[in-house]
Amino acid sequence: METFLGLDYPTLWFLVVGALFSGYGILDGFDLGAGAMHLFIKGDQNRRIALNAVGPVWDGNEVWLVIGGGTLFAGFPVFYATLFSAMYIPFMLFIMFIILRAISIEFRSKEEMKWWRTMWDVSYSISSGMIAFLLGVVLGNVLKGFPLDSNYEAIEPNLLMFLNPFSILVGLTSLALMMMHGAIYLTLKTEGKLFDKVVKMLEKCMIGFIIMFGILSVFTLIFQPHLAERFKDHPTLFFLPLIAILGIANIPRLARKQKYMQAFVFSSLTFSLLLILVAVQLYPNLLIAPNDPNNSITIYNAAASQKGLGLMLTIAAIGTPLVLAYTFIVYRVFWGKVKLDEHSY
Amino acid sequence: MDVEILSRIQFAFTVSFHYIYPPLSIGIGLMLVISEGLFLKTKDQRYEVLTRFWVKIFALTFGIGVATGIVMEFEFGTNWATYSRYVGDIFGSALAAEGIFAFALESSFLGILLFGWNKVSPKVHFMSTVGVFFGSMFSAIWIVVANSWQQTPAGYKIVGEGMEARAEITDFWEMVFNPSSVERILHVWVGAFLAGAFLFISVHAYYLVRDRHQDISKLGIKLGLIAATVFSFVQLFLGHMSADGVAVNQPAKLAAFEGHYYTDHSADLYLFGWVDQESKEVYGVKVPGGLAFLTQFDFDGKVDGLDAFPEDEIPTQINAVFQFYHLMVGIGMMLIGLSVLGTFYWIRGKLFEQKWLLWVFVFAVILPQLANQFGWFAAEMGRQPWVVYGLLRTSDALSKAVQADQVLFSLIMFTFVYTLLFILFIYLLNKKIKHGPSDTHLIDHRPHQQGINDFFSE
Repeated sequence: METFLGLDYPTLWFLVVGALFSGYGILDGFDLGAGAMHLFIKGDQNRRIALNAVGPVWDGNEVWLVIGGGTLFAGFPVFYATLFSAMYIPFMLFIMFIILRAISIEFRSKEEMKWWRTMWDVSYSISSGMIAFLLGVVLGNVLKGFPLDSNYEAIEPNLLMFLNPFSILVGLTSLALMMMHGAIYLTLKTEGKLFDKVVKMLEKCMIGFIIMFGILSVFTLIFQPHLAERFKDHPTLFFLPLIAILGIANIPRLARKQKYMQAFVFSSLTFSLLLILVAVQLYPNLLIAPNDPNNSITIYNAAASQKGLGLMLTIAAIGTPLVLAYTFIVYRVFWGKVKLDEHSY
Repeated sequence: MDVEILSRIQFAFTVSFHYIYPPLSIGIGLMLVISEGLFLKTKDQRYEVLTRFWVKIFALTFGIGVATGIVMEFEFGTNWATYSRYVGDIFGSALAAEGIFAFALESSFLGILLFGWNKVSPKVHFMSTVGVFFGSMFSAIWIVVANSWQQTPAGYKIVGEGMEARAEITDFWEMVFNPSSVERILHVWVGAFLAGAFLFISVHAYYLVRDRHQDISKLGIKLGLIAATVFSFVQLFLGHMSADGVAVNQPAKLAAFEGHYYTDHSADLYLFGWVDQESKEVYGVKVPGGLAFLTQFDFDGKVDGLDAFPEDEIPTQINAVFQFYHLMVGIGMMLIGLSVLGTFYWIRGKLFEQKWLLWVFVFAVILPQLANQFGWFAAEMGRQPWVVYGLLRTSDALSKAVQADQVLFSLIMFTFVYTLLFILFIYLLNKKIKHGPSDTHLIDHRPHQQGINDFFSE
């Protein structure tokens, strides 16, 4: 098997996919979170400011989802096919909310009527929240695993199977994390009374996330102990959850000192750190089959060919700096507080 | 109905609906690059008014295009899991390349194109417009490469057997430049340019007959007519090239295009007609031996008929394939005729008096859209029963874990959401057109002094 820097290609691609989804969480996370709290912001002017805080960048952020999906398809086609076809209904609902959200942002301010704007405010907020929640539900089910046959196909999947307490908890935690992340982002983009309001909302979001994170951790240790096994076997790895907890604890500290930019960096790091925990626990599995460990999908039996992975690593190596450069330029242009003009949503 | 037919209906429906928008984004994108480029070069403010107006229409089409496009990426996994496992190595890499090289470029710079007017200098703004346009062109490349590989697989080997079998990539460039890629990409690009040019013409013709925004619209309709004339002729050539490719690479599809059942019969070219699938006869107006002449420059040439292929390796819907193909070609000819007529009157200086022609142009916007749709219908239905030509059957490509009622649910959901979306799109498009360009009170807030260097060093 070919290697690069001592790592085999499937492992490298596992890291690439992880990095992309953590980038997606950081970027789309704040606009989904800001969307989820949209209804708590009152007044048309304020809502327009909140909407235009994400206006120029949400589309670019969503690209990371497309790229993330593409890298799963390309790198681990077996995993991609099994996961998406097993979780048919959740993914279809997810797509519907993606569409609904896009058109809500697009259409909201196109008409003056109050009912029109309220209608799109509601659908924007609900769809943003549901996307954040469903992302967590999918992640929860990947972590938990579900029964697979020897062809790596899901055995009699059904919707209720995927709406288990653990996955719902992961979904709610994902929603809470993104709302906190979005609130911090909004503190950077707003001023005056709206800013004061956002700061109050941020406090609630931080409390909400920390409570959810606590409940999820306890629930996992009690009901999903297999998700902590790697850490029990290798106690030296305990520094990872420790860093994650310290990083999360740092967010309220920075927020209280009104260092919102730094708080944003730490809430961004939270996405990466939590995904690193997930990756450390899963590797080299992608989807565990509780019915028969031999049927589990791993990065090796799910991977594309050596040649294909090598090619795609080249594509990623060339493309990622470009994507980062575009992202940097766009954020650079729209840096600072939102000012509405005739081009705004 | 079973999972297969429901999944096929759903994919056809969602991809057709999606395909209303990307050609408009590419086509309007081209017109934006031209008009904003002309503004920078001539400093003529009318071009700026034109650009600002069309950016608003562009925003509408682009947003819906993105949202409806993600659907397909998910459907490969949800509905076509066996297909995804089979082609992941190849299709997946094209899709990943599209995301990284194309989609990221267009979606990032879209923010500056739409909202950056007063944030960056005119030059940086123009570069963003070009970035978005190139991004959409690159998108088309990778998507058509992936689809062309399904039509004419190359640069791969098959590993494993039966349900375990899958295609592995052996040569990236051979996969990218598979036998049908280049001609199909060009054909799709130019189809998109025509969609944009005819929307441009339609809107400005509407203003002209309504006696509004005269100044801008005379400019707009001329730009549109130049593009339409050039590209409708180019498309004739590219279309022929594509058909030639089909003759070589997918002879069964070519036979279906023309309803050519029997190899030993004269290979006729139909202008229009009707295929009776029961009696295997075609009724219509034809050029005897025309198909043979177009493919081999010989009226007596032999062209493989549908009888040259096993019964289970040819499409079942011959008449539909025939009709879609001929409608596409027919509309292509109409576009040439309309463009030439418009240009003719323009050169004679009488275009703006021909109210009837302007009205025709107002409604002609639907034609390139239909041709784009019908062309894809012919290409995809003509490939059946294969999803990957000669390798994987559509009926084998399904998800095994998915039940018919699930697909029915999502199909109903898509029907509902897309109907709503389409009504809203038409309503808002109409509103934007009715509102028109703001050619009075154009206040310039742009930071003209700031060049690209200041932008990075600031």
